[in-house]
Amino acid sequence: MTTTEARPTSHKPSKPPKAPDSDRSRSENRLALKLVALPLALMLLVTAFPMLRALYLSLFDYSLTAPDDRTFIGLSNYVTALTDGLFWRDTLITVFIMVVTVSFELVIGFAFAMVMHKVIFARGVIRTSILIPYGVITVVSGFAWQFAFSNTNGFVNSWLPFIDTDFNWFAEQGSSLVAIMASEIWKTTPFMSLLLLAGLAQVSEDMIEAAKVDGATWFQRLYKVILPNMRAAIMVAVLFRALDAYRIFDNIFVMTAGANNTESISFLTYRQVIEQFQLGIGSALSVLLFLSVLVVAAVIVKLFRVDLADARQG
Amino acid sequence: MSNVKERVGTGVGVTLILLWCLLPVAWIVSLSFKSQEAVTNGSPGFFPASGAGAGFDNYKQVLQDDAFLLAIRNSIVVSLSATILSVALATLAAYAIARLEFRGKKFVLTTALVIAMFPVVSLVGPLFDMWRTVGLYDTWWGLMIPYISFTLPLAIWTLSAFFREIPWEMEQAAQVDGATPWQAFRKVIVPLAAPGVFTAAILTFFFAWNDFVFGISLTSTERARPIPAALSFFVGADPFNRPASLLAAAAVVATIPIVVLVLFFQRKIVAGLTAGAVKG
Repeated sequence: MTTTEARPTSHKPSKPPKAPDSDRSRSENRLALKLVALPLALMLLVTAFPMLRALYLSLFDYSLTAPDDRTFIGLSNYVTALTDGLFWRDTLITVFIMVVTVSFELVIGFAFAMVMHKVIFARGVIRTSILIPYGVITVVSGFAWQFAFSNTNGFVNSWLPFIDTDFNWFAEQGSSLVAIMASEIWKTTPFMSLLLLAGLAQVSEDMIEAAKVDGATWFQRLYKVILPNMRAAIMVAVLFRALDAYRIFDNIFVMTAGANNTESISFLTYRQVIEQFQLGIGSALSVLLFLSVLVVAAVIVKLFRVDLADARQG
Repeated sequence: MSNVKERVGTGVGVTLILLWCLLPVAWIVSLSFKSQEAVTNGSPGFFPASGAGAGFDNYKQVLQDDAFLLAIRNSIVVSLSATILSVALATLAAYAIARLEFRGKKFVLTTALVIAMFPVVSLVGPLFDMWRTVGLYDTWWGLMIPYISFTLPLAIWTLSAFFREIPWEMEQAAQVDGATPWQAFRKVIVPLAAPGVFTAAILTFFFAWNDFVFGISLTSTERARPIPAALSFFVGADPFNRPASLLAAAAVVATIPIVVLVLFFQRKIVAGLTAGAVKG
């Protein structure tokens, strides 16, 4: 891929094959670099540079309340974070939220995609309504669900027959997490279903029809024909949603502010840096958060053997 | 026989989808019409109880609230500027990626991918520190720069997926007629690419409008604080005792731009969201 020859590649079928022209390819290379330079620089300025700075700051005992007392302490911040139960508890909660929300979103999103795939009427209406949760600000979604679950002003308690009308969802960990995850699932399922719908559209109708003729039941067609053929779409959707869920912050901030052990790893990092001005330990947590996202990504990619570059380059 | 069953199933499915998507929105609208006294005393239920309605009082109060109005101004200025700049830059990069062979293409794509997965919160500390040093803390630019950087990957992917579908023979023809690569890009491709650019712009705008992490961490006053952050600070620190109906009215106001965009451009948005995500 890194040769400079201007040769036709598979995704540029329209370009007629021609002899390599080194002058032209060199100018093409130059133009491309010019076009890419500024966006690339901006992306790196706001991510790579601060991340390196975090790496550096994480080696210091450094608090903004006493900026002159900055002292080099090596890896102590990491030791402090990794030996503190809080870090592991929050990681566990984050992983739990990620696994539960992504599983629900996958199942519900797939059901939605199946319905949308079949529907011939009112496509515009469905598309419009499915995009609304996607567009709604997460903070607003958090409020809506917090108030819905509220025992003084909400409606959930009176609508669910097996729940006492005075039940306070935000008084303990389990039920608080249910409310948080409800908001998260509501807002992101539409996005999941759109990605799955696009994957579903690529499964050949002929193949499904052939399976039907051969006497395959609905479930057999689903498991043996449809799902295997949209594996790539499912994996991309899961990967992107999982990494997004792992960074959960807005909903928790709005709905519980971390009360009753509902703090995510992002929230812990935020609290150390912005509320307590502990830049040293906060930077260490930032680095750990970044590494753990890489681990989650690596696990999913390994587990499902997704070729990301392929999937996204389309 | 199974046809009838399938049709009934689809009908039920459609109803469920509409309920799922619209019920919480209907709820927040309904809540915004409950009066504040009723909310303080407790008024459970989906609709305002009789006598507990407030008409448009909550909306009037929200629209007279200076903090909220300034937040709307900040959000509009920051989100729109970030969208325009991000899409302009992404257009250049996506053209190079979709169209030109060059060293480092993989690197650009990988960088974009990593950044899209980046845990935003882990940047908050260093950026907070840096912005305070260089004077960008609590300014419009201080928000716009991270928004641009974080929407670039999305915009680049969406646009390069669109650009691959463009009939490039026309560009070739222009070049045969003596146009330079740059002229071919500007005169032939830009008009063809406009719909894709527009889609990328809507998605970028959604991201910027929705952002919360940067909004609360990199601002401290009404000078730059955007809507999501302003909403969360609407009433002091007690998260368990908020003027729910007033907040609901503010939330509805903040959601209106999104609903308008969705209503007009749903087809384009769906195309953009799924472009390049499934071909794998």
